[in-house]
Amino acid sequence: MSALTNITLKAALDGLKSKAFTSEELTRAHVEAIEKANPHLNAFVLPTFERAIEMAKASDAKLAKGQGGELEGAPLGIKDLFCTEGVRTTACSNILGEFVPTYESTVTANLWRDGAVMLGKLNMDEFAMGSSNETSRFGPVVNPWKAKGSNASLTPGGSSGGSASAVAADLCLGATASDTGGSIRQPAAFTGTVGIKPTYGRASRWGIVAFASSLDQAGPIAKSVEDAAILLKSMCGHDAKDSTSLDVPTPDWPSFVGKSVKGLRIGVPKEYRVDGMPEEIEALWRQGIAWLKDAGCEIVDISLPHTKYALPTYYIVAPAEASSNLARYDGVRYGKRAEGKNLIDLYENTRAEGFGNEVKRRVLIGTYVLSAGYYDAYYVKALKVRRRIAQDFDQAWAKVDAILTPSTPSGAFALGDKAADPVAMYLNDIFTVTANLAGLPGISVPAGLGADGLPLGLQLIGKPLDESTIFSLAGALEQAAAFKAKPEKWW
Amino acid sequence: MTDVIAERESKVIQGRTGAWEIVIGLEVHAQVSSKSKLFSGAAVGFGAGPNEQVSLVDAAMPGMLPVLNRFCVEQAVRTGLGLKAQINRKSRFARKNYFYADLPQGYQISQFDEPIVGEGEVEVEREDGSFFTVRIERLHLEQDAGKLIHDLSPTESFVDLNRAGTALMEIVSRPDMRSAEEATAYVQKLRTILIYLGTCDGDMEKGNLRADVNVSVCRPGDYEKYRETGSFKHLGTRCEIKNVNSFRFMRAAVEYEARRQIEIIEDGGKVAQETRLFDPTKGETRSMRSKEEAHDYRYFPDPDLLPLVVEDAWIEEIKQSLPELPDDKRRRFISQYGLSSYDANVLISEQARADFYEKAASGRDAKLVANWTTNELLARLTKDGHDIEDSPVPPEHIAELVALIEDGTISSKIAKQVFDYVWAGEGSPKAVVEKHGLVQVTDTGAIETAIDQIMAANPDKVEAVKDKPQALGWFVGQVMKATGGKANPAAVNDILKAKLGV
Repeated sequence: MSALTNITLKAALDGLKSKAFTSEELTRAHVEAIEKANPHLNAFVLPTFERAIEMAKASDAKLAKGQGGELEGAPLGIKDLFCTEGVRTTACSNILGEFVPTYESTVTANLWRDGAVMLGKLNMDEFAMGSSNETSRFGPVVNPWKAKGSNASLTPGGSSGGSASAVAADLCLGATASDTGGSIRQPAAFTGTVGIKPTYGRASRWGIVAFASSLDQAGPIAKSVEDAAILLKSMCGHDAKDSTSLDVPTPDWPSFVGKSVKGLRIGVPKEYRVDGMPEEIEALWRQGIAWLKDAGCEIVDISLPHTKYALPTYYIVAPAEASSNLARYDGVRYGKRAEGKNLIDLYENTRAEGFGNEVKRRVLIGTYVLSAGYYDAYYVKALKVRRRIAQDFDQAWAKVDAILTPSTPSGAFALGDKAADPVAMYLNDIFTVTANLAGLPGISVPAGLGADGLPLGLQLIGKPLDESTIFSLAGALEQAAAFKAKPEKWW
Repeated sequence: MTDVIAERESKVIQGRTGAWEIVIGLEVHAQVSSKSKLFSGAAVGFGAGPNEQVSLVDAAMPGMLPVLNRFCVEQAVRTGLGLKAQINRKSRFARKNYFYADLPQGYQISQFDEPIVGEGEVEVEREDGSFFTVRIERLHLEQDAGKLIHDLSPTESFVDLNRAGTALMEIVSRPDMRSAEEATAYVQKLRTILIYLGTCDGDMEKGNLRADVNVSVCRPGDYEKYRETGSFKHLGTRCEIKNVNSFRFMRAAVEYEARRQIEIIEDGGKVAQETRLFDPTKGETRSMRSKEEAHDYRYFPDPDLLPLVVEDAWIEEIKQSLPELPDDKRRRFISQYGLSSYDANVLISEQARADFYEKAASGRDAKLVANWTTNELLARLTKDGHDIEDSPVPPEHIAELVALIEDGTISSKIAKQVFDYVWAGEGSPKAVVEKHGLVQVTDTGAIETAIDQIMAANPDKVEAVKDKPQALGWFVGQVMKATGGKANPAAVNDILKAKLGV
């Protein structure tokens, strides 16, 4: 059955339409793959196979009549951050207990509208807080990739580690993910997959468990740039239930993949050359520049002077919002409750038992930076710097059409390597947070293998609402890189 | 402003060490009249079963987001215009973070440093008819919390979220009231304005209008210094009193609190800035939390909501739709109908009263209609526990009654009788007059006959009245008695005078 799982979403959709196979066959192939791999990879925290088969059969009925949406019959994985009606949703936190939403997030509802099939809920860092998928209540996700000559279990990155691992291991044709500081792009880079975070406001946040409201955006992790374009198109669209949702049309992004990029101006920001960055990352970046030049792009050196403040700014803004967003998990109405002798006790016991250490750390940081006496020094200052970072980009757009950077400062690392050092962990997001702070679209494309045989990614950052251009550029990079490597199936 | 201050009289409290004055500022929470909540589509209403009016947003389910209700914004703008206040073209919602079981989100969405409405003012009339101005500092929109119910079980508390998320307007005044009477007069006036505007029903019993009272005391002259300089250092330390939900409690709370503060200062102590709770059964205030224990609310702009921008054109549109406001109506009633300030105030205090009056006064003697409306009708309505809306006597009947007096059909005295019959449901004034034969006798022949009879029977009185014209009243009384009160008094007077030669 592997023939049905190691194909792209696009190939699968074509096969379904041409009736080369049915959605049920396709879905069963993936179910089988998950059953085999999941004990080793821990990507799915809640398989929904029965529902998947039912949805597949319904899709087949439509396909048989020549009907169906753009994703009709395609089995996908859903990050556990997305509320799914009638299916347990926990954000991989103990505090949500066995919470089953009575509602469906707008993004997943859009996917089902277009005919997608749900295989199950995917593992992630608790409340999307983490860069290694080690903070999940269900335990870490394992990267299907292994370093050359080593059997060590590697991280798939985070927070969308389950999504990345599942897509890389051919357990689903694509997956939903979310990105607050790099949680789509970093795991995509670590697993040789494509991940895109759209412009803030493109994808509705309604029904997605909130981490940091002003930064959170949903997006897909996919097997190819074209797949990512197909999925993102389905996920996005204006939603009156989210006040920050943009009322703009969603372009036909798949049609931009493969388009000529000739004449496009590509910015290379000098500030992304950070201390201690491995030479192979530098080399990859140079290679990316060369590929785009060969494709007819003009390369422009640019400066984004406030880049060095991006990470500290992010680690003030995101925890501040999180500390408030997570206040609703109090044991009173839903999820876990740890009883106490009075209300305060109930709160303290519930939150002490319900939240993991990383979440507690960020709630504490967030509470601190919003406190009287610190608010101006931290939060207000961070908002000012955030504006400066956005202005850096605004100025760059006068000169360039997109910006090329590495996705991450390194390849995948071993599980446990950075778990004890939060600052080292936070540095994973150094190239990705700026796009969140400025609300810009960013995509990570697999561009090659490092010396240890692990995938590395290049990132393209686009103008606001200009996903189309970065899809074209990502397509060009994908073609040039001809990245065909797959992890060896050791499970 | 200064002339307003000059004419005001503050209430002086004599302490052991000299005179003290009270300074009061109010934070009024008015529930916005709206069919749905501030950030969710859930219904707003009284009397629904527990948790029947709760949306996923109100219950703060994971991933739920607030969406601003435009009508609530319109109501806030309307109120701001009614308070002659500045409408801020751009305002912002902020989160006020604290934990409580009646607050599902763990934060209240409110407005902090950028409220929708800025400075305004309210003209308030004291009981003696004089006026003073209360400056409004701001008005902002915020969510109400739910309700906790503790008396259903000895070991559990229950949460009802029906009220959670309902829109409130918090209207913050400057410390411009100098006595409990002024404070209640201000709230009453504010309430009248809100009801006129239709932005709050003003129902204090249901908690739809409630006030936190800030009280401090100072020495005579200090308040004037504060007004001149704007510096609060001239005023005493204030305490905020919560749970003051009636005019009676407000008076009691202010009086108690002022005396408590004076005692502390006169004993050599310092008033601590704190939040106090009014206990209506004991009639006293007690400490809730001190400044040190005060919550750190960690306000920050709500990232789920965009800045609120209101366009000039919309404000103008709302302005055009404003009803005539109480102050304008009062002034018009005085100039158009020639009413006294007192009568005008009584009539404009409720929109329905004013409407009733205007209907009745149309084409009639306006002052006479005002008298009948304020003296007879309102008194009777109050006595029988009716509102003007369900008055058994419609405005048309008051108009008819006054018309009958005007054209001399009945006397004022008979009119009272007629009113009683009309009140009792016997029909219109005209019908009642006919049915009971209450038509005033203007037939001079009949009056003359009666007078002749009385003069013939009382020759001594006829003699006496020639030296003592005041005694004419006795004859008038006799004639009225003889005619069953129906004789036209003016005619009786004239004929008597002629016949008696006085």
